Amino acid sequence: MALLETRKLTKAFGGLTAIDGLDFHVDEGEIVSLIGPNGAGKTTFFNIVTGMIKPDAGEILVEGHDIVGLRPNQVLERGVARTFQNVRLFPNMTVLENVLVGQHTRTRSGTVSAILRTPRFRREEEQARERAKETLAFFGSRLVGYRFGQEAHVLSYANRRRLEIARAMAAEPQLLLLDEPTAGMNPSETQELTELVVKLRDERGFTICLIEHDMRVVGRVSDRVVVLDYGTKIAEGTYREVATDERVIEAYLGTKAAS
Amino acid sequence: MSGVFEPRRAVRSGLIGGLVAVFVSAIGMVVAFADRMLVDPEVVLGYVVIALVPLTVGYMAAKPPPPREGVETPRAGVLNLGTGALTGLLAGGLLAFFVFVASEVNVREVLQNVSGELLSIVTFHRGVGQGAFWLVLGGTLIGALGAAIHLVPGRFRRATVLAVAWVLLFGLLQTLIAQVFRGLKIGDTVNPFLYEGAGGLTIPGAIAVFVGVFALTAALEGQRQAFRRRLAGATRAQRRGYGLVALTIAAVILAITPHVLGNFLSEVLDLAGIYLLMALGLNIVVGYAGLLDLGYVAFFAVGAYAGAVLTSPASPQWDPEITFWASIPFIMLAAALAGVIVGTPVLRMRGDYLAIVTLGFGEIARLLFLSDALKPYFGGAQGIISVPNISIGPVEFVSSQEFFYVIYGLALILIYVSWALQHSRIGRAWMAMREDETIAEVMGVNIVQAKLQAFIIGAILASLGGALFAHKIGSIFPNSFSIVVSITVLMVVIVGGMASIPGVIIGALVLVGLPELLREFSEFKFLLYGALLIYMMLNKPEGFIPSKRRSEELHADEAAQDAWLRREALGETEPAPAGS
Repeated sequence: MALLETRKLTKAFGGLTAIDGLDFHVDEGEIVSLIGPNGAGKTTFFNIVTGMIKPDAGEILVEGHDIVGLRPNQVLERGVARTFQNVRLFPNMTVLENVLVGQHTRTRSGTVSAILRTPRFRREEEQARERAKETLAFFGSRLVGYRFGQEAHVLSYANRRRLEIARAMAAEPQLLLLDEPTAGMNPSETQELTELVVKLRDERGFTICLIEHDMRVVGRVSDRVVVLDYGTKIAEGTYREVATDERVIEAYLGTKAAS
Repeated sequence: MSGVFEPRRAVRSGLIGGLVAVFVSAIGMVVAFADRMLVDPEVVLGYVVIALVPLTVGYMAAKPPPPREGVETPRAGVLNLGTGALTGLLAGGLLAFFVFVASEVNVREVLQNVSGELLSIVTFHRGVGQGAFWLVLGGTLIGALGAAIHLVPGRFRRATVLAVAWVLLFGLLQTLIAQVFRGLKIGDTVNPFLYEGAGGLTIPGAIAVFVGVFALTAALEGQRQAFRRRLAGATRAQRRGYGLVALTIAAVILAITPHVLGNFLSEVLDLAGIYLLMALGLNIVVGYAGLLDLGYVAFFAVGAYAGAVLTSPASPQWDPEITFWASIPFIMLAAALAGVIVGTPVLRMRGDYLAIVTLGFGEIARLLFLSDALKPYFGGAQGIISVPNISIGPVEFVSSQEFFYVIYGLALILIYVSWALQHSRIGRAWMAMREDETIAEVMGVNIVQAKLQAFIIGAILASLGGALFAHKIGSIFPNSFSIVVSITVLMVVIVGGMASIPGVIIGALVLVGLPELLREFSEFKFLLYGALLIYMMLNKPEGFIPSKRRSEELHADEAAQDAWLRREALGETEPAPAGS
């Protein structure tokens, strides 16, 4: 059974059909890249899967259970976490707090125990902090130490992207949806992030679906590539297969002039 | 000559300053303050207000740009005095021009406060011609003086400004200060020296205050930094020790405060304390959760009425006459219910819409308590009277000095509650929601639940304040719960610093307590509030005492950073402990 599966997923904004009868699946342990020209519906697809937008028709199954109609926080609880194309952190909260918010669904303590500072509350808080630090340590020395107490808005662009991934990791999802994780990064940062994506799967056991425009990244990390255009799947396969597919080239470069 | 002369800045600031000076004169502030003596015999509050204008604009206009890395930035020099002088000249000139116009043309039809008395005061009782001359000359000199502040070396600048401010404060708050000295049993020796029956500080008294504050500040300069550094480097146990010491000192001060301050000042502090309780609650709703609630007084009213109905023998319909302590759980329950009632319909609203709807709820609450329909239960316009005093066993809290302990005891508890909530899972969820509601939900925060929790907890805090208010006043009427209360509490939270507990405390004491002490100000209270709000929104949206790390912990951050870098350089691989 696929970890994530959509059947005949459709979403229209007025006259524009952003997602058009899309059948898509991600199996456990896979790294799947979602590519396609601008406006192909990739981010809309992520928005629908995470419950931010309701689909017009179709099913979304996470481990076989339909999640259509769930609120975003409930979708996260089912094990789907995401990052955003235009990084969206909590800018006035510290690095550590950002990650701690990511753990919200994995912790339980309520208001009363917070006020009474019960032993259980203290233990959970302590563990949550430890886990958050451990998560941040995944990115080497970039987000540890004095960084814990810094507010997110002081971070460099690349560090904000890393922090956003850390926040999503902290939610302990099975499936990570990464929306253009390398956008705006320089070549060496891109290289590093490419390796991190593979490490996320190999060492941390996340299944990953990413939207990416950098074809070198796509080629290096993907087990499978799905190409969207006008909300429909126009090709699917390994990177090599997709890269030589005529429809894909057409979608990206336009039709050859009619002879 | 060193420094920079900036005529454009001077003209702009000068004209703005002139307009401000004309404004404060024309609205009657100067006349109202003219009799309030600060330092005997010449320094009266009215003149101080006028003089502050060229001083401030001169200071602002001559301010050198902040030093920037890699760029040669000009430092303040003699030429900056020229900028300040020109600024002051224009400010004084504009006021002089206004005086001239007002003496020739009758403007009282439009500006009622521009009386002969005003003109006489502003021209120093010397007639228009000579008065205008003195205004221009005085403006120029004071403007240059404002600019000169930049030329004073750093460690003395602070001390000088602070010393002058304290002299003015000693003059302004003489009843308070004289009472404090009396309370401390040194009034008989100190007060005659400082005030000597005069309307303000005596000149030797003013000099003594100036020298004292100057010396103290200059001596303590640098100590603060050192202390912070030590605090940052302290271990957890040491820090706990410091905390305990601070707590003990605070407790001792709180314990003796009402005795030192006497009855009237305790009354003022009681009022400020009740606002503090409300502000702590609103701080959770607005500061933490970012839900702008303009009808917060509704919860205060619910608390007051719940308390009154449950305890007063004169409650119209139903009078269980239980004690205050027994009524607390029911008050909290009623408040929680009110929180749900207000919170539920506004769950999907954001920002401005939320503010408008809650504004409506605040008025609805007042009108309901006033209405004939509910008159059998809440007494309508007659309200509920004979709310009994609070007592523990045989000890009854009657006077404002005694009531002080009840209010500030509760305040301490609620301060702790605020702090505990802020540093917890739910506190972080609130802050995430404040930062970005959509993303908070995507990251797993149940928005509905978090919002309702914020409303309910905020309502409970305000209701406790309301109940104390009912017991303190002894009777409650719907008109005590007007929108002005909501706005004042919101002011306290915004000006003090959103999400900042110390900010809320200081804000409540200053914004609620001070106007009570300075009766002259009461007429202009809301004008000053408004000006303050505009200034805050433009220049200090984070508040005067911003929340946590932005101020104090910045230094702790630096220390932690240094320590971490050092460890890193030594090649130790263990991850550094966090600053927290």
